[in-house]
Amino acid sequence: MVLNCKHVWDQISNYIDGEVSPEMRQAIEEHLAHCRHCAAVLDSTRNILYLIADDRTFELPVGYSERLHAKLQEEIGGE
Amino acid sequence: MTTEAHSSDPTAAAPANRDAELISRILAGERELFHELIRPYEKSIYFAAYSILQNEQDAEDAAQEAVLKALKNLANFRAESKFSTWLITIAINEARGRLRHDRVLKFESVDQPTENEEGSFTPALITDWREVPLQALERKELREMLQSAIAGLPEIYRGVLILRDVEDMNIADTARALGVSEGVVKTRLLRARLMMQKILAPQLKSKGGSKGLFGLFRDKAGGAWF
Repeated sequence: MVLNCKHVWDQISNYIDGEVSPEMRQAIEEHLAHCRHCAAVLDSTRNILYLIADDRTFELPVGYSERLHAKLQEEIGGE
Repeated sequence: MTTEAHSSDPTAAAPANRDAELISRILAGERELFHELIRPYEKSIYFAAYSILQNEQDAEDAAQEAVLKALKNLANFRAESKFSTWLITIAINEARGRLRHDRVLKFESVDQPTENEEGSFTPALITDWREVPLQALERKELREMLQSAIAGLPEIYRGVLILRDVEDMNIADTARALGVSEGVVKTRLLRARLMMQKILAPQLKSKGGSKGLFGLFRDKAGGAWF
């Protein structure tokens, strides 16, 4: 299986998630070995996903948990 | 976060047992335990709502309402799905309901599925990616850049990206929470991730060399991600 760049882009998300067949994985890796553009697309995408998954990127509003449980307690205690 | 031993990873098997036990005790009358039941999922509920509403106060209101609805309807929860997925689904529906009240129809078209658009999405074509280390997240400017990129995605892509890549839900649970097929999740995820790459890679690359913003770039060379 020989892939061009567009084929690789179409599979890049499944590749990151390990959701491609062994044959597809091998074909993608063969392409990546000689295509600097696709290798950089993969690296940058993974890097960005890694950054957005970090707790520091999205923080809860201060006091959110306390307000949530206070509201819940009103409901629980009110019955 | 609760200090209970099994509650740090809500996706593992032990939390499912923990949830089942708590639910049966709550339904038997120990309603105070509902606090413990939802504690590991508070963050996910908030960000699920935030992915739709894009406003802190609205997301918090929706999260609170979702929790109250979950308490009221706990007897209807069926154990074939995870409690966390059920709870997040309630939060998503609550947020969507609020959005419909606030939005005029012309904006609703943005939410229509576009999975039929099977054409390839072109990422930002770059070479020699210089990795941005996690330490760089201490910089407010980087966090704002990431948040702004996600905020700019159409809602259907933002929702999938937040559940899957921010909240680390698996594809099956993401599909269940959003009420779509796993295939639709994968298609949306591909587009969402490549959109993020297209928006952010050029911005991050152009900042990479500047001393003031990402000096950390130079300290962390190499190393695989994930």
